[in-house]
Amino acid sequence: MAQITATEVEMVQALDAEGNRTPCPEYDDALSTLGAADLRRMYQDMVLLRRFDTQATALQRQGELGLWPPSLGQEAAQIGLGQALRPQDFVFGSYREHGVAFSRGLQPADLLGVFRGTSHGGWDPQKHRFHTYAIVIGTQTLHATGYAMGMNLQGRVGNQDPERDVATVTCFGDGATSQGDVSEALTFAGAYHAPVLFYCQNNQWAISEPVHTQTSADLYRRGEGFGIPGIRVDGNDVLACWAVAQTALEKVRSGAGPLFIEAYTYRRGPHTTADDPTKYRSGAEVEAWERRDPILRMQRYLSREGIIDDAAETELEERAEQFAAEVREACKAMPDPAPADMFSHAYREPHLLVQEEQENYLAYLASLDEEDEQ
Amino acid sequence: MSQAVKTMTMAAALNTSLRTSMEQDPKVLLMGEDIGKLGGVFRITEGLQKDFGEHRVIDTPLAESGIVGTAIGLAISGYRPVVEIQFDAFVFPAYDQIVTQLAKIHSRTGGTQPLPVTIRIPYGGGIGSPEHHSESPEAVFGHHAGLRLMTASDPHSAYWVIQEAIRSDDPVIVFEPKRRYWMRGQVDTEAGTPLGAARILAEGTDVTLVTYGPLTPVAQTVVEQAEKLGISVELVDLLSLNPLGLDLLEDSVKRTGRLVIGHEAPTFLGMGAELSARMVERAFYHLEAPIARVGGFHLPYPPSRLEEHYLPDLDRMLDAVEEVMTH
Ligand SMILES: Cc1ncc(C[n+]2csc(CCOP(=O)(O)OP(=O)(O)O)c2C)c(N)n1
Ligand SMILES: [Mg+2]
Repeated sequence: MAQITATEVEMVQALDAEGNRTPCPEYDDALSTLGAADLRRMYQDMVLLRRFDTQATALQRQGELGLWPPSLGQEAAQIGLGQALRPQDFVFGSYREHGVAFSRGLQPADLLGVFRGTSHGGWDPQKHRFHTYAIVIGTQTLHATGYAMGMNLQGRVGNQDPERDVATVTCFGDGATSQGDVSEALTFAGAYHAPVLFYCQNNQWAISEPVHTQTSADLYRRGEGFGIPGIRVDGNDVLACWAVAQTALEKVRSGAGPLFIEAYTYRRGPHTTADDPTKYRSGAEVEAWERRDPILRMQRYLSREGIIDDAAETELEERAEQFAAEVREACKAMPDPAPADMFSHAYREPHLLVQEEQENYLAYLASLDEEDEQ
Repeated sequence: MSQAVKTMTMAAALNTSLRTSMEQDPKVLLMGEDIGKLGGVFRITEGLQKDFGEHRVIDTPLAESGIVGTAIGLAISGYRPVVEIQFDAFVFPAYDQIVTQLAKIHSRTGGTQPLPVTIRIPYGGGIGSPEHHSESPEAVFGHHAGLRLMTASDPHSAYWVIQEAIRSDDPVIVFEPKRRYWMRGQVDTEAGTPLGAARILAEGTDVTLVTYGPLTPVAQTVVEQAEKLGISVELVDLLSLNPLGLDLLEDSVKRTGRLVIGHEAPTFLGMGAELSARMVERAFYHLEAPIARVGGFHLPYPPSRLEEHYLPDLDRMLDAVEEVMTH
């Protein structure tokens, strides 16, 4: 049975499932720096992320996308981290990081291209300081570690300059922790004291495999043997996620070395739209996690505090609908790539074989057009 | 027709074949990601964990090097593991274990340690997937002695390829054409006669067209269309990619004098390069036209909206057939 209360699973929490602000000794100072506008933004971004996600799922059902990996249920873990990042930080994540991606300024069409089948990436990682979604599980954790090693070498860490010091973050899942690449990333990060934050969203499932198929140990302790301290946070509590991420990122930027966060959350949707979770998990488990909804929790807290009211809610709902309409339009307006595009980027410099194959293929296509005209 | 002939999908044929092997030999184990309760993302192992238990149909941690590496150890301890890799490109984390260990332990031990490990890999494109889900890495493994490579092109061959792979005392990689998993056909589970490394699916006199796996059904339509153009195509279907059924192919090429080779994998250093070189060596004086290859480009497999341009189709293969006929 899923362990899902903070008393059953030891983890940092600032809001309980009913949205009551609970004492959070180590993080209350950090949390007290959040103003009403910050809190409203966290809430709003979670609402917009969920609307985006349900819209993308609908677009898949309508045949506009080939596949979609929903972020449903993981809004707090993603928005909390996203809002704790500074512009100069760099993120290497996997394919379900839509909330983090939005916080890096990516647009819906950027994220949909991979799943519509129009591109393999779709944005400039350097511009957004957010790398393309990693599909081969765990590979990105090494890239993040190497990037962080580069920041160390370039003196971009530990200058006590919050505007310049860089934290590198890698996001990955509970399943990913089993990959050799992830262990090697922990090895390098520990050995080189790399300024990287390992941010594991433990959503309890890797497709059909529950987390105990991967490990019998607590994931937040995974880094210990590599010299990397870890902490577990309630991944459905956006305040706690923000506070723990914010504090960890500051430490990483200050030169304290790598850290590991396990955000304890739940994948409420299917693995992707191609998956049928009724084959491997109970409805009761899903319902138990619905009662810990991250958005509802924050909403209760904010309305009790008088930070949002009915009018603000109505306005946000309208905004979310407007956003969904934009997502639909942006998706449908995405052009199919031209056949010639396929040959464009395999190499940066001209390549004789690619050129030859491109010429031959385009000539062949032209010959088909001629046949059609005849 | 024997009682044992049934019409089923390729997925069902694979499932039936795995079940048969597990019933016949208690040392046969299945390992992989999501193969238990879920029955695999393509449902090839559906129902097997329920019937054979969690100790014989093992959901492994998400770690391909770990899966293959432990399968090697299980084989050394006396089992016959059958490993499922979820999608083609996810075999690469296991590349080291496959090529430096699995392929070489028999030779390294002076022939004393057999390694009856089967690795099943759904391969090829055409199902509209994101990156890494549509590749054809067979030639990559063909370069490493010690691995037998097999594929199938219809439900019947799929059933028997799995039987042969599991029975083999050598490691075998079975490349399963994922876009044909739902293809239906007759399967004779008591056929008895081995399929052989290659087979002739259509007899012809003008051109030999050799292909395998997912492209074989496309090649069958090429044969039909070519006939309308007055060209008689002999279709050779490869079931073994290592070793290759070169004698059968040589015989065919010597009769037709022309050869077209098709595969989804890139032509550059692909299976077609090897087949072409071998036929030049064996049948040079019988060739009436340059050998033509139709395959993928020297490019990363493209986003799915472009895959129809990457994958050889009826038109491109027919074009090659007509081209060799101009000589
Ligand atoms: C190397 C590799 N093996 C297998 C897969 C297929 N696959 C895609 S997602 C997934 C499960 C990932 O689980 P987790 O890391 O927990 O992330 P989540 O999907 O829950 O966000 C698997 C097995 C893959 N993408 N890469
Ligand atoms: Mg997971």
